[in-house]
Amino acid sequence: MMTASIFVVVYAAVLAFAIACVARAVGYARLPLHLRWELYPIPHEEKERARHGGSYFELTDWWTKPTHINLLGELRSMASEIFFLRGLWEFRKKMWYRSYPFHLGLYLVIGAAGLLFFTAVLSILFPAFLFSGTAGIIQFAYRAAWLAGAILILLGAASLLIYRLTDEQLRPYTVPGDVFNLVLFIATPGLLCCGYLVRPADSPSALALAQGLLTFDTAVKVPGLLATGLIIGSLLLAYIPLTHMSHFIAKYFTYHFVRWDDRASLKDRKLEAKIAEYLTYRPNWGAPHVGGNSLNSWGDIVTSNPTQGGRK
Amino acid sequence: MKQKVKLRDMSKEERKPLIHLEDQDLMALPPPLDDPARDHGWTPLSEQVQQNYECALDDTCAVSVLKPKSPEEEKALVGKFLTGLEKLFTRENNWTFLQPLILTMEHCAKCQTCSEACHIFEASGKNELYRPTYRSEILRRLYFKYVKRGGLVSAWQHGDIQLNWPLVARLIELSYRCNLCRRCAQTCPVGADNGLVAHELRKVFSQEMGIAPKELHDNGSMLQLKVGSSTGMNPEAVKDNIAFIDEEISERTGIEVRTPWDVEGADILLIHNAGEILAWPENPGAFALVLSAAGLSWTMSSELVAYDSINYGLWYDDVQFARVALKHAEAARKLKVKKIVIGECGHAHKALSVVADRVLLGESNIPRVSSLTLLRDIVISGRIKFDPARNNFPVTLHDPCNVVRLMGVVEPQREVVRRLCPKFREMEPHGVDNYCCGGGSGFAIMSGHNFADWRFRISGRKKLQQILTAFQDCLEPSIPKYLCAPCSNCKGQLRDMLAYYDLWEKNKILYGGLVELIVNAMVDTKPGFIQWEWH
Repeated sequence: MMTASIFVVVYAAVLAFAIACVARAVGYARLPLHLRWELYPIPHEEKERARHGGSYFELTDWWTKPTHINLLGELRSMASEIFFLRGLWEFRKKMWYRSYPFHLGLYLVIGAAGLLFFTAVLSILFPAFLFSGTAGIIQFAYRAAWLAGAILILLGAASLLIYRLTDEQLRPYTVPGDVFNLVLFIATPGLLCCGYLVRPADSPSALALAQGLLTFDTAVKVPGLLATGLIIGSLLLAYIPLTHMSHFIAKYFTYHFVRWDDRASLKDRKLEAKIAEYLTYRPNWGAPHVGGNSLNSWGDIVTSNPTQGGRK
Repeated sequence: MKQKVKLRDMSKEERKPLIHLEDQDLMALPPPLDDPARDHGWTPLSEQVQQNYECALDDTCAVSVLKPKSPEEEKALVGKFLTGLEKLFTRENNWTFLQPLILTMEHCAKCQTCSEACHIFEASGKNELYRPTYRSEILRRLYFKYVKRGGLVSAWQHGDIQLNWPLVARLIELSYRCNLCRRCAQTCPVGADNGLVAHELRKVFSQEMGIAPKELHDNGSMLQLKVGSSTGMNPEAVKDNIAFIDEEISERTGIEVRTPWDVEGADILLIHNAGEILAWPENPGAFALVLSAAGLSWTMSSELVAYDSINYGLWYDDVQFARVALKHAEAARKLKVKKIVIGECGHAHKALSVVADRVLLGESNIPRVSSLTLLRDIVISGRIKFDPARNNFPVTLHDPCNVVRLMGVVEPQREVVRRLCPKFREMEPHGVDNYCCGGGSGFAIMSGHNFADWRFRISGRKKLQQILTAFQDCLEPSIPKYLCAPCSNCKGQLRDMLAYYDLWEKNKILYGGLVELIVNAMVDTKPGFIQWEWH
């Protein structure tokens, strides 16, 4: 019964995480195309211009030139931000020393989970796989990645928590929710590590647990401390996309659709079609000079002249 | 003595300023301003101003909001603010910035990386009130509490805030303590944008409550829409003034100059910030000379609004912004020009080239280009002969935020000064990492009460430090120095700030545009186009 309950919590958490992430991403994606608000440098600019932060506006008659997208530059910039938190390294090293281990730990744990379930699936489909040398290497890799990741998360989160509570720049902006989030990140790997260390001899291995989860094999017995860690970790997983910690979703939009969005409507007429739709919206801003009364559209309003009355 | 301001202080009923800045609190300046005796004291706000206006934020007052006469009036204003706040987060009312705003509201990690990048925060001696996240955190808490209606869980997760009239009144002022340079946004690892927060707050105050600084609204965008220019010049006046400038420039350079007006089918429609025509006539005059000497087909327009590139709506009101941008594009469409060239005005660059790109549709979507790019093309084309020795004085270059960080025009102006100014030296940092002049987002034209003190001592302080550092090897008054600032608003701020610190009289630091350096180096003109006198 207890195992079944744990499995249900894990399934529910994974499902909640996926649904909430998709909902958040779809919500952001459905927001209207905004006015251009890019920030330079933009890494997908031509190599030389990207280096000094230039744009196609530096070109003579830029609209007559072919659009050049430096995909490699953009990927390089993304990779250094995602895998090394380059922005933080460049602008706030004190925070990077705490935040990077934490994030690296998360990547390692995610990687370990991926490898674990990959092994579990293969071992269910092809039981002989477990006796191969590859399986041994993969098992070693996920164990090492998990252990390193859990320690890094624990230390990173603890160090972030201490920093947040003691630094005079951070403390005034720290709310109970922030403390709670970090405590959850300390508790989860802490409980899982402790649960692993003090597990009884007949405890299932991580692989057996993963196989049990995949096949809903409730015969797998999960020791209490490990079970607590699994449940708290599951709750944390479901909780992340409900908070600002889902910035892994937000960053896709803030970078690609705000900071780096330099698409010119002269070259992309689809943008014009969207804007034409927005100009039919009927705002109701209250200041007299706006003339918004839910009857006039944006198109009507912006082609009117408040100093002369009527549409000009 | 630095006071530690807390977020909840914004709601304090007591109408006393939350902070007072002393000279010793501020960021130190290099020589010759390292001597505190050469600094100025604050001009205190008069008793009358303090009695009549809401001035309970800091030492100054930018917006001049009249104090409500009764608690009922206060309540009504708070209600209006709340209504505006709700509208700010609806697509019908704010499709223009909804996506970046929501992303900023929901994902700030409060890591304070942005604070280190803010020149106002640094110059103030890192006063909490001017921390970029201070303002944003207030709006964020209001968003979760009143727009998302998060209740107690939200207060626990995002922090609580008490909404009352003192908070709204202080927030109005606080939204005008940011230059909207977005240097903070450039450093945010998540991509949150505290500059946008100030911008969006200003929109609520203007678009819903009808509150905006007089210089930006009544005497700015409204005057421009009424008579054609925020300078008050109507089409006849602007043509007269330009004719006078043409005469003056012809005499000064020995080359006949005549500005073409309303030429249908010209290649280029040139739009200046009309402030140049009145304050720095040598700038439009130099443009006329260079464009004509290069043999380009160009014109200016006498159509209402189209002879003044300013677009103050960019800083506080999307509706006013779009109205002016459409007028600019409409004039170009009528004249059937191939492109619009924007004169040396930073915010006009960004407004018409970048932000308005998603306002101008179909026939109004006429290509817009920077005059800096055009000037670079002319200089390197070989069509005009230059003698760089004529510019043999120290020159440094100020980068207007709207042109570099917000539009990506970085190298063209440098190609010109490198080629024509043998003693050119960069400020550090420069290009897209530049610092604002301190006059950005309208401050350069705002001097009500004692606000000028604030913009010279606080918002302009970092730029002042950069200028003095760039000229540190030649501060003697015997060496004339040129601070090149290809932007009207920046020039306005730099003019006032250099005068405030007496840096022309005592150190011979002059400021001016880019095109003046070009004309000064032209072999075919009489030498000495740049006149070393204060203006």
